[in-house]
Amino acid sequence: MPDLGRAALVTAFLLLVYATAVGAFAARQRRRRLAASAQNALIAALGASAVAAAVLLAALARHDFSFQYVADHTSRELPLGYTLTAFWGGQEGSLLLWLLVLCGYGAAAVLTTRRVARDLLAWTVPVLGFVGTFFAFMLVFVSSPFATQHAPADGAGLTPSLQNPYMAIHPPMLYLGYVGLTIPFAFAMGALLSRRTDERWIVATRRWTLAAWAFLGVGQLLGAHWAYVEIGWGGYYAWDPVENAALMPWLAATAFLHSVMIQEKRGMLRVWNMVLVALAFCLSIFGTFLTRSGVIQSIHSFAKSPLGAWFLGFICVLVVGTTALILARLPLLRARTKLESLVSREATFLYNNLLLVALSLTILWGVIYPLLSDLVRGESSTVSKPYYNFFLHVFGLPLLLLMGIGPLVAWRRASLRALGRVFLWPLAAAVVAGAILLALGAGSSRIGVIAYTFSIFVLASIVLEFVRGTRARKALGTDTWAGAFSSLVARNRRRYGGYVVHAAVVFLAIGVAGSSAYQTVREQRLFPGDSMTVAGKQLAFRGFEQRRAPNHLAIRAVVDVYDKGGHHVARMYPGKNEYFAEQQVSNEVAIRHNLLDASDLFLIADQVNANGSVDLKVLQKPLVNLIWLAGLIFVGGSLIALWPDAREERRLAERYEGVLAEA
Amino acid sequence: MTVALIVGAALAVACVILVALPFLREPSAQNDRLDALSGAEQRRLALALASLKELEFDHRTGKVSDEDYRAQVGPLRRQAAETMRALERREEDKRTKVPSRG
Repeated sequence: MPDLGRAALVTAFLLLVYATAVGAFAARQRRRRLAASAQNALIAALGASAVAAAVLLAALARHDFSFQYVADHTSRELPLGYTLTAFWGGQEGSLLLWLLVLCGYGAAAVLTTRRVARDLLAWTVPVLGFVGTFFAFMLVFVSSPFATQHAPADGAGLTPSLQNPYMAIHPPMLYLGYVGLTIPFAFAMGALLSRRTDERWIVATRRWTLAAWAFLGVGQLLGAHWAYVEIGWGGYYAWDPVENAALMPWLAATAFLHSVMIQEKRGMLRVWNMVLVALAFCLSIFGTFLTRSGVIQSIHSFAKSPLGAWFLGFICVLVVGTTALILARLPLLRARTKLESLVSREATFLYNNLLLVALSLTILWGVIYPLLSDLVRGESSTVSKPYYNFFLHVFGLPLLLLMGIGPLVAWRRASLRALGRVFLWPLAAAVVAGAILLALGAGSSRIGVIAYTFSIFVLASIVLEFVRGTRARKALGTDTWAGAFSSLVARNRRRYGGYVVHAAVVFLAIGVAGSSAYQTVREQRLFPGDSMTVAGKQLAFRGFEQRRAPNHLAIRAVVDVYDKGGHHVARMYPGKNEYFAEQQVSNEVAIRHNLLDASDLFLIADQVNANGSVDLKVLQKPLVNLIWLAGLIFVGGSLIALWPDAREERRLAERYEGVLAEA
Repeated sequence: MTVALIVGAALAVACVILVALPFLREPSAQNDRLDALSGAEQRRLALALASLKELEFDHRTGKVSDEDYRAQVGPLRRQAAETMRALERREEDKRTKVPSRG
């Protein structure tokens, strides 16, 4: 079977080389059948990489330890679900997943845009093929998942922190996001290479970009929840380089999603959009490099890892190639229209873009700082949480405010009178909310109060947008308010889906501000019978319990929780798992959700001591559950924006049918 | 091993057929040129109409005052009308060229 896997990967590699070289030749020589053949090669590469993936999955399911990858990442006692998720638990499997998803995206993009963007597609396929070739090359020549060995009796097992249900969904979501950004990038480069620099590449990739961005966003939230329930330090985001690796392209893609609207509606920012899409894609490759090179564990492992050097080389080729191409096409990218006013929708989008890119680059600087300091000074220094938090406040709070301002301002220009009218209610709501918060004692955190006040402003502006829009549609003759509302959303899914996503970001901001600025933390060593008080709750430690599972021993501290009135409200079990095959211990936290105030009582058994005591860390986290609620709202908003719009499809088809008839 | 060989061979054959398909379908194509899409006028018209629609909606929802609306709607309508006329002229040209070819 490993031979089949290797053969499938070699086939995929050859097909992708063909798609790149023959596709570029066909596009340059304007050969129709050859271009179609290159497109088919991309589709065939999906089949080949799917066969390779099936071979690896079968080896995992059969515990075939003659595959080195299977022996390194699974064990006989590992439950089947986690055994299969080990597919992306290691470097080689992750690369294979990258290739599989890329070929899937590429094939789908080819099949869905063949009609409306076929002249762009001729140059897009070689770009997709080039990116795919790199990953196939890595899998065939540098880091193969099909390396074999004399089968040991058992495998090394999967890292305990990866033995969580989120392992099944979080990495694939992130990969769908990372890899999905290849599609708008490839079309953008296709547009430059074919000299078709109008907005057609944006229209053709609109949904692909949105889908990749949504996957990346959902993937990060799932990762945050995973860290929250599994890692056991009481937080959900630690500004870890791997987390930042996903956040940076997401921020750049968020900027891109906003700025493409300016190009679509006003024909402006063509160069900027090219730069943004290239930045988002390069950051997604950089994220994969960070995760896969080992550079994040130790800066010295970079030199030892052959993968890191290859990725760095690939990133350099991408950056140099993209920059050269954009510069070569600058005359074609000049905008015909100009910004009419600094107080307009497009101007607010521009401000939002600058802040998003600034935040993204600031995070990038924080991530690469250890590498650079090592190169320049010979010693590595890292930037810590205060650095990131400072810039999150500096750029994030104005961004939050802009989310409320943008939707209220008209395109082109807005007069003071109109602005006064539309801003009145959101401003009033924000001022009243701020005053109430200060009166309630929330002033202990200035950042918290500002974040909440801005959040209320944004929420009020979103509600008003829906109200005004529904009223306008009703005035146009719709019978009922419900009919007017649904017609409003159906006629502009992207805009109103976007507003729902904005609402999700507001809930996220409220949750983050509440759980970080106003959280309570207590740590205490407790012997059986001892108790401690946290945020008005009394916690009594009763002793330990032990339970043996097939692949680990679970040790749990039994903690009873009482409210202010002394009533027993819950029994919680924080503890540790000792994994046999992996020879590792993991923290297993206990969380009690309060759905009424969205807070969590979070218990960590920091140390399980031999004398029968436990070092208990207790966190009371207000509003933290709004972060997860934000995730659900985010999915809802993204689905609204992504949902196919039959009217728009018809309009586009008519537009391009007319064009095709001309050609 | 046999299964792997069969699957591998089937994969290779399927890939070759798929890649060669455009040539198998049309062994000697009359026209093998990739056609280019133009349609700059269509896109300009779509842009102008979308801007008009946006302006109307912003006016209805109170984001654009009556004064601003009156100042902006004229140029946008003129732009749309000019693009429409250009498109009609092209259509007319195409219609007049067709009989002369025959």
